[in-house]
Amino acid sequence: MAFDSLTAFVVMEGHGPYVWTCYGVFFLLLGALVFWSLHQRRQVMAAQRRELSRTGRDQSSTSRPVATASFSRVNDSQD
Amino acid sequence: MWQFFHKLGSPKWFFGIANRLMPWLMWGGVVLLFAGLIWGLAFAPKDYLQGNSYRIIFIHVPSAFLAQSVYIMMAVAAVVTLVWRMKLADVFVKAAAPVGAVLTFLALFTGAVWGKPTWGTWWIWDARLTSMLILLFLYFGVIALGAAISDEKSSARAVAVLVLVGVVNIPIIKYSVEWWNTLHQPATFKLTEKPAMPMEMWVPLLLSVLGLYLIFGWFACLRMQTEILVRERRTRWVKALVQAEES
Repeated sequence: MAFDSLTAFVVMEGHGPYVWTCYGVFFLLLGALVFWSLHQRRQVMAAQRRELSRTGRDQSSTSRPVATASFSRVNDSQD
Repeated sequence: MWQFFHKLGSPKWFFGIANRLMPWLMWGGVVLLFAGLIWGLAFAPKDYLQGNSYRIIFIHVPSAFLAQSVYIMMAVAAVVTLVWRMKLADVFVKAAAPVGAVLTFLALFTGAVWGKPTWGTWWIWDARLTSMLILLFLYFGVIALGAAISDEKSSARAVAVLVLVGVVNIPIIKYSVEWWNTLHQPATFKLTEKPAMPMEMWVPLLLSVLGLYLIFGWFACLRMQTEILVRERRTRWVKALVQAEES
């Protein structure tokens, strides 16, 4: 240990504020970057999921034979 | 060799590798960084000239070191983008630029706070500080240019050219302390010489540099994955992945 007491460690012979500001900002910014990167990732996943469920629904509705335009013969009378 | 190169260019393959690498990078980085910082803060001896303010070095040097080496990595990726049109290289540039900008800002900020008790001033327009500020603006430029062009291919090419033009700044930063008379002290790490600091100072510094490198690797993997998810959203494997994560 380079310091005699915890107080001496915090004060650092008057250089404490400078040292601790630097370490604080360092972890604050890196932490924010971690949070932001994870948040972006989650947002992208959520957007994809929404789009997928939307197109999925479209597909399931179009796959119903009645609703889709198809080349199959129309058996019912149209008039 | 060529097969490896092709695989490396495959976003799907990269996605899987990144998944496996990321826990190691994060935890390895955190352990090394904290070991280095705690050692440096509490156990390394006081500098006879600067007193305890020098303990800022344990975050200042890793940030500055990474800020420059991230830019060099981006420049290599830019060459790959231009020569081989590899998509993944451009993905890396876009993913790394914000991380590089934050690291450059941290280097400038911690440098300013360190400068106050050591030089008696927060800022001076000397060669090292100014060239680092230019690096920060280069990162901003890369981010802005990438965001401004919506077409993927032209954006990749424009960003790659900008990155390569800016790379001229890196040797200027490196040699600024030798070419010009500056307040900044000379380089802490030199490849060719033994470090001028005692072992109890440079070993923790080395640990925190390595730790921050690994953490940058984690950032790069995560942010590249995000970028890949956006770009490849129409492919079958991404759709399957999204659905798998849903359930």
